[in-house]
Amino acid sequence: MTFEIIMIVSLCLLTLSILANIYRVVKGPSSADRIQALDAIGINLIASIAVFSVLLHTHAFFDLILLIGILSFVGTVAFARFTERGMVIKQKDEG
Amino acid sequence: MLHGSDEVIAALFILAGSIIVFVSAIGIIRLPDVYTRSHAASKSSTLGVLSTLVGTLLYFLISEGYFSIRLIMGIFFVFLTAPVAAHLIARSAYRNGVPLTEKSIEDELKKYYFENELSKK
Repeated sequence: MTFEIIMIVSLCLLTLSILANIYRVVKGPSSADRIQALDAIGINLIASIAVFSVLLHTHAFFDLILLIGILSFVGTVAFARFTERGMVIKQKDEG
Repeated sequence: MLHGSDEVIAALFILAGSIIVFVSAIGIIRLPDVYTRSHAASKSSTLGVLSTLVGTLLYFLISEGYFSIRLIMGIFFVFLTAPVAAHLIARSAYRNGVPLTEKSIEDELKKYYFENELSKK
């Protein structure tokens, strides 16, 4: 019983930190703030899924941890390159 | 009720990780500019998530004897990519001219950046 209460408290803390990151996404003055907060949201989602799979005693969500990690990293890199250079993948002809 | 040492260790790791992630979220709200916020978003958040994932791994390893290689890969991947992402974001912010906060007293990159990077363009 105590174990479930600790897991639920952890989930509440993770939810509060995701809400804090959403505040930064909405308010952030520059686009770099928003990208940073979205990256942090992805990392917090990974932790939430891990705690949730412990709470439900299942292995089924471990693929999801790896998938969200990879997708969040690729999205962050694409956004950062887009705001830095105005394009994601450099064409060969432009030298 | 806590049954054995497995649940105690896992609960300790997971609770510590959640508290660290929460503290880093407070840092994301309260710190003044994007460069200082990068510390809260990359370092402490990564530590909290790694602690939570290690707690999950230990829970399934001790209670069921199930060693998840996917979870190990997730830990390795988060540990590898979070600093890279933070570096890319900070670099794109500096090249876009996002200002430092007014409290900061020195910008050591400014002289080098204006001599070397801008003359190439």
